[in-house]
Formats: sequence, structure tokens, C-alpha cells
Amino acid sequence: MASGLFVMNKMLYETRIVKMEKKMKKLVWLLTLIVVLSLSLSACGGSTAAPEEAAAMEPFRVAVVMPSAINDLAFSQSMYDALLLIQEEMGGPEMFEIVYSENMFVVDDAAAAIRDYASQGYDLVIGHGSQYGSSLQEIAPDFPETSFAWGTTSETFGQPNIFAYSASSQQGGYVNGVLAATLSQSATIGVVGPIEVGDAKLYVDGFKAGVAATNPAVTVNVNYIGSFSDVALASEAATTHISAGADVLTGTAQMVVGAIGKAEEANALWFGTQSNQTSLAPSIVVANQVYHWEVALREMISMIQAGELGGKAFDATLANGGEVMEFNPDYALSDDAKALADSTIQGIIDGSITITLP
Amino acid sequence: MITELFSTTVLIGILASGIRLATPYLYAAIGETFSQKSGVLNLGVEGQMLLGCFAAFYVTFTTGSLWLGLLAAIAVGALMGLAMAFVTVNLRAQQGISGIGFYLFGLGMSDLLFQRLMGTVETVQGFPKIYIPGLSEIPGIGEIFFNQNILVYGAYLLVPLAWFVLNKTTLGLKIRAVGENPDAADSLGVNVARVRYFTIILGGILSGVAGASLSIALLNVFQQNMTSGLGFIAVALVYFGAWHPVGVLGGALLFSMVNSLQLWVQVLGIPIPSDIAVMMPYVLTILVLVATVSRVRAPSALTKPFERDE
Repeated sequence: MASGLFVMNKMLYETRIVKMEKKMKKLVWLLTLIVVLSLSLSACGGSTAAPEEAAAMEPFRVAVVMPSAINDLAFSQSMYDALLLIQEEMGGPEMFEIVYSENMFVVDDAAAAIRDYASQGYDLVIGHGSQYGSSLQEIAPDFPETSFAWGTTSETFGQPNIFAYSASSQQGGYVNGVLAATLSQSATIGVVGPIEVGDAKLYVDGFKAGVAATNPAVTVNVNYIGSFSDVALASEAATTHISAGADVLTGTAQMVVGAIGKAEEANALWFGTQSNQTSLAPSIVVANQVYHWEVALREMISMIQAGELGGKAFDATLANGGEVMEFNPDYALSDDAKALADSTIQGIIDGSITITLP
Repeated sequence: MITELFSTTVLIGILASGIRLATPYLYAAIGETFSQKSGVLNLGVEGQMLLGCFAAFYVTFTTGSLWLGLLAAIAVGALMGLAMAFVTVNLRAQQGISGIGFYLFGLGMSDLLFQRLMGTVETVQGFPKIYIPGLSEIPGIGEIFFNQNILVYGAYLLVPLAWFVLNKTTLGLKIRAVGENPDAADSLGVNVARVRYFTIILGGILSGVAGASLSIALLNVFQQNMTSGLGFIAVALVYFGAWHPVGVLGGALLFSMVNSLQLWVQVLGIPIPSDIAVMMPYVLTILVLVATVSRVRAPSALTKPFERDE
């Protein structure tokens, strides 16, 4: 009797194990499938790689890792556009090969991608984001033949194969600020920023300096929303500025697309930075500070071709053409205001205007 | 400066922003309440929202019809829900992990489609604000509650509707029974699988609408990963609201109001570092959660796949 019960128990137990094993197997399969599928989709980088047949000369090969998408109308797009321009200058994809990994906001993934590109023998591997610095510092010494670049920063870690690049975004910020102060009728201006660091902080501080220098009576309200991706919060921040009386807005980083829409609804003016944002709201965008990384890239490439793989920091400014003010041709900017903007740009270039940052 | 916070403009601003910000949370969290009530944890909400967000935007952008856009979001949400239901009900996969799989799928897929079909950030004309004669003219109140678009109204109407369905209908009873004791429900002739299919698909549909409320009603743009973790907060709100639609509403409003409050705190130049201000909604939500932790427990069968004993 007792042994019969024992056997039954054991049988039950065993069938349960078999069932569980089956279930586990199914689960593991399913998970693998889902993970593989989703990873292959989310990490879908693109490439404008060269065709197979090698040209007479070896092509220059560049790989870039970016935190957001190549078409974010902001930081990542500014680099991608610059690379495309250089590709054209150098004679197309046969002469200049570009590969990229976008949406690499997770630094670990980015580091893996950077290492992969380096081991595939790219001439220049770019980590387009200040969060990639420590990864480069670690990886670069393992690939002394490869040149690396990262930004925005001026730090090359004393490595002979690391370039650094940055933008004096306070300069365009200042020009935008001067114009904004001139155009604001309510004497209140709103700024939507991501996180109070780096390029964003420089731009905002430059903008505030420009406003203060033009009309100290104008109030600048600044809002850092704590995110580079929260479009909803950026848009609500813009609404808040408008309720607080702002009739001119600006903002930096890729989540501002939400804010531009709110500015347009309220017919408030918008000043852009990082990339030309005019297409989003042609009726209200006045001017954009646009980064032209190709200026720094050209110099890097010629140094690499001359055998010098790094050790230099580049800074994009209005003077060297790394930053350009692009005005919206559809916005009827008065001649006086345009002249003021031009003289401000000239003043920053020749040094007669100095921007004091806090 | 602090006193400026209590001016009418600011108070109205905070409340009106809060009402808008809470909209996507409400759709997603009410949908999630249904699936959790029936015993299924759906962590894929964020992915469903992103796909709904893109579908609504893309269809509106190409056809010019907001209603077709909304319909597309509903269809995509339903499809995602169907897939989730198949995986969790038929295949009995671990719900948390497969939910994360669906999230990653939605994130990647919406991004891929955006790259291939759009290529750049565009804008559409979203659902307009609806003016309600009489109500919209009430000073203050009108500005806060009755100056919003149709998807905002819909989100708030959904709360009593969800409460009614869950608590006053046979369907609601079945859902709750399946979530508490699927074996008992099964022995009484309730089709556990069918009920769960229903709630998961409903959850998917509402997540899709949550996404649409962003892309074609509140923000009127689409950008990669634009939900930015909102779907996960919606899941948290279900716990916060103790699986009750009204509790979920309270949580969503609290979180959104504090978020809009911190926007104003910065705009008014109140000297609090922005990093601290941004943390406020999260910290406060945790505090309230700890302080009001009730004896309400999760549906007993939550996360447990149902398997008939044969």
C-alpha cells in the first residue's frame, strides 16, 4: 500500500518534471525568438557602404556611433549630414565609406559597436556623444592603427589616436538670444532644455547672455526637463512657457520637436539649434544655429592621411565655419533685425563681442 | 517667487497641463488594469504604445484622416494584444519576460517603420480642441477641463466606463474570477482562455490609443522612442491605483500634476536645481505609494499561466 502510494507519487512527480521541462523549452525558444527578432530590428543600423569592387585607391572608411537617429533634426543628424557632405566632396561612396549605428543611447552597446568597428579596420571611428568618452579611452589603446574621435568635448586623454571635437554653441546661442530679445514683444522668452550639462547648457547660457546684452528687461525662463527623449514633457514645458507669457521660444536636443509644435499653435517664434528645424514649422522659425562638423572632419581626415591619428581637439565656431547661422527665408525678418544679427555674428567672429558665461 | 505659484494663471496652467499629461497614462493604465484583473501582467505596453503612436501618425500623415489614424492605432494595438495573448495564454510563457520581448519588438519595429516610411520628423494637424458651449466658458474650470481635444475627454470617460464594466457586469465578474481563481472559474464553465484573450487584446487596443493620443492629438509629431518610458509608468500606476480604475485615475493625475508643477517651478525661477525638480513626480509617487499602501492585494492569479488539470 505504502509502496504503491510512493510509486504513484513518484510518477506524478516525474510527469510534472517532464511537463515543466517541456514548458521551459518552449519558453526558452520563444524568448530567443522574440529577443533575436527585436534586437535585429532595433539595432538596424544602415550603411551607405561602397560597392564590392575596389576602386583604384583604397577608400577612406568611417564608422560612427550615435545616441539618437540620423534623422533626429538635431545632434545626430548634424554629424550624419556632415559625413554625407564629405562623402560627396571626396567622390562618393567608392572613395569614402560611411557606416553607422544609431540609437546607441546605452553606453555598453555603443562600446561594443565601437570595438567591432575598430577591429574591422575602419580608418576613423567616431563616438558621437559625450557619454562615449570612457569607452574610447579604454578601447583606443588596443587599436593603435585606428583613429578615434568623440564629442562634444576637448578631452583627448593624451592618446595619440583620439581626436576630440566640440562646438562653441554659446556663440549661435548668443546670436539667437540677441534676435529673440529684439523680436519679443511680451518681454518674456522661454527655453526648453534637456539636462543641464554640456552642449545644451552652453547654448542656453549663450542665449541668455545674448538676451541680457540686448535688452536686460527681458525675462528668460529656462526649463530643463531632465530627458533627451520625452517629447510629451518638452511639449508641456513649451505650453507652460506660453502660459507664463513667452512669445519667443527656443530649445535644444532632439525632444524639442514637441515644443516646436506648441510654439506654432500659439504663434510664438522659435529659434533652433544643432540642425535646421525650419521644416517643422516654417511660419514661426526665425533662425537656426547649425553645426557643420565637416570643418573639423576635413582636418581630421587630412591629418589621418598624413599619418597623424589623433591628439588634437577641434572646436566648431562661427569664425571657422563649424557653426553657421541659417535664417528661415520664409520668415519676414526686418532689415534692421537682420543687420543686427549679421553685425552680432561679425562681432563674435572678429572678437569685438565676448560672451561671458556664468 | 513661491507666492507666484499660487496665482490663478499658474494654478490653471498646472491643472490644465496635468489633465493633458495624464491622458496617455489613463488609456494605457486602464487597459493594463483589465489584463491584470484577469491575471495577466502585460509589460509590453510601451511597445504597443509606440506602434500605435506610429501607426496613427503615419496613417494620418498619408491619408489626412485623423479617424483612420486612430483606427490604425486600434488595429495595431489589437494585433499586438493578440500576439501577446497567444504567447501568454496558449504558450504559457513567463509574462514579465515575454512582455519585455514585446516592448523591444515595438521599440524596434516602430523605429524601423519610421526610418523606412518617413525618414524624417514630420508634423500633422492633430485632433482640434473641442469647445463645449457653456462649459468651456466657465472661468478657470472651462480652461482646465473643457478646452481639450476629444482623446483627452475620451480618456476620462473611460474611467467610469471601466469601473462599470469591471464591477457591475457579468463580463467584469468573469474577468475578476479568472484573475482570482481560474480553476474555480473554469469549473463553473467560464472560458479562462477566452476571457484573457479579451482583456489582453483590449489592453493592446487601449495602449494603441494611448500612443495615438500622443502622436495625433497632443504632440502631433512622431519621433523614435517618443513614449520615453511612459508605458512602464502606466504599468506602475495600475499597482499604485490598487487595480481600481478610480485609483489609477488618482495616480495618473497625481503624477502628471506634480510633473506640470515642476515645470512651473523652473519657469518661475524658484531656486531649486532642475535635477531635483525633475525628480519630484517620481519621489512623490513613491512616497504616496508607501504611505497609502493598502490591504488590497494583487489578483491572486496574476502572472500565473492557467493550465487545466487533466
